[in-house]
Amino acid sequence: MTATLSPSTASFDALNAIYDHRIPAERPWSGLIRKGQTVRVIDSEGQQAVDALLYRADDPTERYSSQDTIRAQRSPYVGLGTRLLSSEGRVMACVTADSCGRHDTSAGCCSCESNAVRFGEATKYQHACRENFVLELSKHGLTKRDIVSNLNFFMNVPIDPSGNFTVVDGISEPGGYIDITAEMDILLVISNCPQINNPCNGFNPTPIRVLAWDAPAM
Amino acid sequence: MTDFDAKRAQAEANRRRYEELRAAGQGTKAPAAPALTPISSSPIPEDAIIAREDVPGGWYASLTLRRGEVVRVTDISGASSAAMIGWRSDDASERLNAGDTVKIQWSARLRKGRVLLTDMGRVFLSIVGDTSGAHDALAGGSTPASTLAAFGQPSLRNTRENFVAAAAKIGLERRDIPPCVSWFAPVSVDDAGQFAWDASCKKAGDFVDLRAEMDARLVFSNCPHPFDPAPAFAPGPISLVRYRAPAAGSEDICRTFSAEVTRAFAFTDRLYV
Repeated sequence: MTATLSPSTASFDALNAIYDHRIPAERPWSGLIRKGQTVRVIDSEGQQAVDALLYRADDPTERYSSQDTIRAQRSPYVGLGTRLLSSEGRVMACVTADSCGRHDTSAGCCSCESNAVRFGEATKYQHACRENFVLELSKHGLTKRDIVSNLNFFMNVPIDPSGNFTVVDGISEPGGYIDITAEMDILLVISNCPQINNPCNGFNPTPIRVLAWDAPAM
Repeated sequence: MTDFDAKRAQAEANRRRYEELRAAGQGTKAPAAPALTPISSSPIPEDAIIAREDVPGGWYASLTLRRGEVVRVTDISGASSAAMIGWRSDDASERLNAGDTVKIQWSARLRKGRVLLTDMGRVFLSIVGDTSGAHDALAGGSTPASTLAAFGQPSLRNTRENFVAAAAKIGLERRDIPPCVSWFAPVSVDDAGQFAWDASCKKAGDFVDLRAEMDARLVFSNCPHPFDPAPAFAPGPISLVRYRAPAAGSEDICRTFSAEVTRAFAFTDRLYV
């Protein structure tokens, strides 16, 4: 009998992953994800924010758009079923599994410069996600100009009706994960967030793990 | 003290600092927002006006402001929203950053007294006048897809295409287009985590006064906000009046609003010493 698993119901096993990589605390990573492949980002130790950007592989001037994504679903939070839209309104990828339940995409990434504003000038000289993004993007011919509001996996940023906007303690458990299934060939760029000045990493950045699988056989 | 103990002590100190900053930025300890600007009592002196332009519904305009100049953006009919992006004139890689704007001020609510920040920890614009208090820093502008879905017609103008066209005319391209903010767009997030639109917050003649804190290039797009439920595509004109304003004093409501913003102003001022 032919299996009829869709990516959302397939039971992905690390043993048959085509890729399995541990990203150390505070470090960046990037990889090409083909249409149909699924990437799992694992919050190995819990409460670790993972900043992510997506670019169309064959034309990176088309890239992830947080505002298109949240407008289309009429909610600011990313979770199971969220369609990650590009700046041209196309579906780049879908969230096909999620153990956490809520991810941010409005707060952007941390930078040396915004840290200095938020937490005092001494924090300007701490590593930050934008440093990671600039370094990783440079391997693909991209620059600071190509950084837009990113996905913040496992980062908990409630927005209340009066507009209060707060990074609060993460709710992801050790081993928590989110699966992204590509709907086009994409460049995925990750910064394993080094922030130590707010609760997004429990004030203690930790390693994460990235796995990938081919589309299940139909 | 072991390394582990030192790290834990630092983490605890950082958490205490964060909670103190949060208490100062939100809730009962937060500074009260200044009163909104009355529509009728705030004319711009004629001799202060540098230029004016009315932008028809569906269209866009670019504007250059020198540091200290102000643009008054007016929703003449009460049926428009003005989506806005912008760059630092001296280096377009520095630009409006909506994420840092809401994160640094602990609030997604733009209104008088607040500022807009660039990605470099500097203040881009200050909201020095505001009759509305109902703007959107989260959901973005209209696109070909959102406009088709809202109005059923494929050829209506939209903010995404306006931004691409406007950027092209000042030597920029689509990779230069950041997330936008929208004036006169009463968007909030309800208790269920869904976006809401409060049409009762819109009125004819609403304006914002935006003071440039660095030499800046701005683009405004006058298209219906994607959450505006009005059934017809009928935005009225928006007026843009660029004018000279007195220098900000030490009591300036924007420069003194919070510790974070005071630091951002200090970093901005260093560009001009």
